Amino acid sequence: MQPQSLNIASIGKGFGADDVLKGIDLSIRPGEFLSLVGMSGCGKSTLLRIIAGLETADRGTVSIGSRDVTDVDPSDRNLAMVFQSYALYPHMTVRDNIATPLRMRRLSVWSRLPLIGRMIANAEMLREIDASVKEAADVLQIGHLLDRRPAQLSGGQRQRVALARALVRSPSAFLMDEPLSNLDAKLRAHMRGELTNLHSRLGATFIYVTHDQIEAMTMSDRIALMSEGRIEQLGTPDELYRRPSTLTVARFIGTPSINLLPVELDASGEIVLFGQKLGITARNAWPGPATLGIRAEDVFPAADGIEASLVRTETQGADRFVTFNLTCDPSISIVMRQRVGDDLGADADGNVRLAFSKEGVHLFGSDEKRRDITVLEQVPA
Amino acid sequence: MARRGLFFVAPAVLLMLAIYIIPMVVLAVFSVTDYQLGALSTSFIGLDNFRKAFSDPVFLRALWNTVLYALIVIPAGVVLALGVALLVYNRKRSRGFWEIAYFLPVTATLVAMATVFQFLLHPSLGPVNAAIFLAGLTAIPKDLHEAVRLDGAKNPIDRFLTVTLPMLGPTMMFVIVTTSISAFKVFETVAVLTKGRSGSEVLLFALYLEGFEYSNTGYAAALTLIFLAIVLVLSIGQTVHMDRKVHY
Repeated sequence: MQPQSLNIASIGKGFGADDVLKGIDLSIRPGEFLSLVGMSGCGKSTLLRIIAGLETADRGTVSIGSRDVTDVDPSDRNLAMVFQSYALYPHMTVRDNIATPLRMRRLSVWSRLPLIGRMIANAEMLREIDASVKEAADVLQIGHLLDRRPAQLSGGQRQRVALARALVRSPSAFLMDEPLSNLDAKLRAHMRGELTNLHSRLGATFIYVTHDQIEAMTMSDRIALMSEGRIEQLGTPDELYRRPSTLTVARFIGTPSINLLPVELDASGEIVLFGQKLGITARNAWPGPATLGIRAEDVFPAADGIEASLVRTETQGADRFVTFNLTCDPSISIVMRQRVGDDLGADADGNVRLAFSKEGVHLFGSDEKRRDITVLEQVPA
Repeated sequence: MARRGLFFVAPAVLLMLAIYIIPMVVLAVFSVTDYQLGALSTSFIGLDNFRKAFSDPVFLRALWNTVLYALIVIPAGVVLALGVALLVYNRKRSRGFWEIAYFLPVTATLVAMATVFQFLLHPSLGPVNAAIFLAGLTAIPKDLHEAVRLDGAKNPIDRFLTVTLPMLGPTMMFVIVTTSISAFKVFETVAVLTKGRSGSEVLLFALYLEGFEYSNTGYAAALTLIFLAIVLVLSIGQTVHMDRKVHY
């Protein structure tokens, strides 16, 4: 099966009085790895379930390739889904779990019956199914587990069985609902790599729901960041990191979280931070309050910077995250990322002066939307 | 310490002894004698009562009738109860009402229970089984129903055979064991309807006739032991066999 595109047009869905999805438009390219990411309750899982057909949208359409599947039963959409709970059939062996999608599609009702089914079924077909199951199991390196029951497997092994069950029948697209969230941190990082490999190996369309921005950032071709039933921004991981279109996106993407500072725009559009002009102007912006976002790696100690005091240092191997409180407003903290050997620039009392690279800042107006900026030429003092 | 422990278990042990153990021992003693109710003397006759039972056409007919009754009532009871439970479970809006209608008599006070006891515990019509199945259905993870739909199960029968029925295994075991035991205890139906005429005796009715109508206490005791053995074998056999198959 060729990888298929998916088209989602003005999908809306409400539960009771709440609108969970407020008109979602999204085109997923054939073979793309697209992540739906957002806080819990943003509607990403509901959207995935509508794509799968497990939930009905109040309005809008879902198409796979050129086929409108809005009113098609999930069993006829040829999509495979990996559930957060894996949803393995506990009464079946791993082999039977993986074979179920094939049996449902290729065998008649009678030959699927327990016991007598195997006698009626076409022997050639059974051999084919067996071979496909082995192949899928080999891809995920679970060939030796085929005769076990799910209860006898570890979390990581169950995860692999769920993936094998999904890929055994080459579906139009894979839907994944937080598949890694039940694994421990180390295994999760490992499975991220394996999923990426699997995606490039199969060349299939993946739609991946997660609340973990690291998963989305590391695996996706594109990310749709959702918030309150809308797609806040759709773009590559790099675009979301370097040009977040709203404050919500800026807050959500990146570890540690982006530093946010309250600033004012003066009449000429120049950014003023605690009464100090920064030499950056906003284009197409009006005077008033705004928010300045600065990534931790754009912060560095400098003699002419803002005064701050050291709060704590978290070392992460080669890098460290250093947290400061601003002296002029201790409720505002700033995180700086630097190499472990680098100079903190702090005096004996832990006081430092911090500056940031002007090209790296993100400006958001009072409507929380991104504003373009121009860095002014340094005026010689 | 040990003595204090004994003190705490004593009430339960005494009750067990008085209600179950001692009567069973007395029963066992009666079963190897030719004692008749009111008789002044009695003598030990070994296993003669048991030998007599298995050559007694009335007893053998009663045994067969009981087995036949159980074979009809168990599948019918299970299927009816499961059917009702599935119907209630699949209601979207009226499910709350039906759940209450079926659960209320099961969970109501003892006094209220007593009046509907007969109906409730009826092996094939009793809503107890339906309520148990309903609880079993509710316990099946929703994910599994969804997974099987995506795996290509188009119709409800496919979904039922692939997920619902196997996942109901433990519930099914419980219902079958309790239903078969109550089926083997059938008595009133026969006592009221036919009084065992035209060859319609069942185990408990034959036993009742021997013990209380004909006063053959010794023989009736032997029949009772046979009945107890059957029920015991049934429960143990089903539990051991099905335990292996239904628990994952």
